Amino acid sequence: MDLSMTLIVNGVTKTIQLDDPRVTLLDLLRERLGLTGTKKGCDRGQCGACTVILDGRRVNSCLALAISHDGAHVLTIEGVAQGNRLHPLQEAFVAHDGLQCGFCTPGQIMSAIGLIQEAEAGDDPERVREGMSGNLCRCGAYQGITEAVIEAQKIIGGTGRREVA
Amino acid sequence: MRAFDYVRPATVQEAVAAASEPGAAYLASGTNLLDLMKGGISRPTRLVDISRLPDLDHIEDLADGSMRIGALVRNADLARDPSFVRRFPAVAEALRSGASPQLRNAATVGGNLLQRTRCAYFYDTASACNKRDPGSGCDARDGDNRLHAVLGWSESCIATHPSDFCVPLVAFDAVVEVEGRGGRRDIPLETLHRLPGTTPDRESVLEPGEMIVALRLPAEAARFAEHARYLKVRERTSYAFAVVSASAALRIVDDTITDARLALGGVATKPWRARDAERILAGGGADASNFRRAAEAALAEAKPSGNNGFKIELARRTLARALALARAGTPKRSPALPASPLAFSGVAHV
Repeated sequence: MDLSMTLIVNGVTKTIQLDDPRVTLLDLLRERLGLTGTKKGCDRGQCGACTVILDGRRVNSCLALAISHDGAHVLTIEGVAQGNRLHPLQEAFVAHDGLQCGFCTPGQIMSAIGLIQEAEAGDDPERVREGMSGNLCRCGAYQGITEAVIEAQKIIGGTGRREVA
Repeated sequence: MRAFDYVRPATVQEAVAAASEPGAAYLASGTNLLDLMKGGISRPTRLVDISRLPDLDHIEDLADGSMRIGALVRNADLARDPSFVRRFPAVAEALRSGASPQLRNAATVGGNLLQRTRCAYFYDTASACNKRDPGSGCDARDGDNRLHAVLGWSESCIATHPSDFCVPLVAFDAVVEVEGRGGRRDIPLETLHRLPGTTPDRESVLEPGEMIVALRLPAEAARFAEHARYLKVRERTSYAFAVVSASAALRIVDDTITDARLALGGVATKPWRARDAERILAGGGADASNFRRAAEAALAEAKPSGNNGFKIELARRTLARALALARAGTPKRSPALPASPLAFSGVAHV
């Protein structure tokens, strides 16, 4: 089968010729498109470091076969700021020390964007923690992450699901 | 990961034809299959991508009161469908207690039903495993087996089925619609998964190429909606497979149970319906002593498959607790921690 595909990444259409169907969406982003903000942690769907927004929903890009998503829209951490203006979640992570080493942070922020879009957690810390349970932080910055997500939710939660990303 | 051919058929019939060849596997979202392929546990030579097949992602209320759920509906979408949540709250709670939000956003209904065991020896290609490599033996028998099966296991295999979703489904007599070379047929979920016996590599009754196209929940299942819970004991608060779990649903009239639907998870190679326990409850009082009697009956045939005898009493207590939660009533809103004993409030300990 022809392995050419397109992907709309952060609003830009990319045409890609794969040489092998084994390429995951994560490896395509990092190795072929040079978007290394999306991190490869466990590569098995357990850590959440590779989280992106794929066709409007947060997923683990390590467990998505790229060719299966021909034509999809992908939002990565590189696409959330507007020029030098940080996304409210990025600002909230800075303000609340929602990180230490920073390796999990892109996945945390993309997952939090998805969580706020899903509009089920609100400002309940228990629901935020449960809603962020697919993202591990080996530095243990969970307290700051939870605070950051709740603060960002207050800022952007009322703007409607579509506009969050 | 081994090399494979990738095909994307346009219709269910084409997909069935493409997947009937030896070495072929269906790819829906891939959250389980790609993980298994990366580890060398699954080595398909052809992937038949069914993720874009038309009309398999609908949730329909049928005229007879049953609900039909397409095989490609995402776990997260089903768990927040208003009609589904209202009519089958224990199934929704089970879905929400499984995996992580990212995985639930991707994973499909059909894939959930056919997910493979999480037995560490199945996953470790250096270990003997009759399920992965028939005839090689079972290293779990003498290994770290505290989480393995206590019901329905055999000398060949002591693995458990990992799905939460399947546990209330089997309690509520869900049916899967399957398309194969011979056409379409219905299979009760209770008979979809096989007991291991001497052929643990044969996990379901599906024939080569057969595809699950939909799942149906009967109207009868919705009659338990006021008293239906799923309870899942895990080794950490969230994002973990069940050590044991229980689905408990009651119909109660004047404090008497008129009907019950019960099943256990994490105890066997398949979701485990507890019919004897249902019969004990029907006609009796919704009280702790009857719940305990039912739990005793549900585990009457249980025996340890290794260092896991504790799971038998844990399963009894989990089922009794799930019954007490069901008696107290389905919560108006899904708990912050779905199916968790930690979300427990206002119900006396059993």
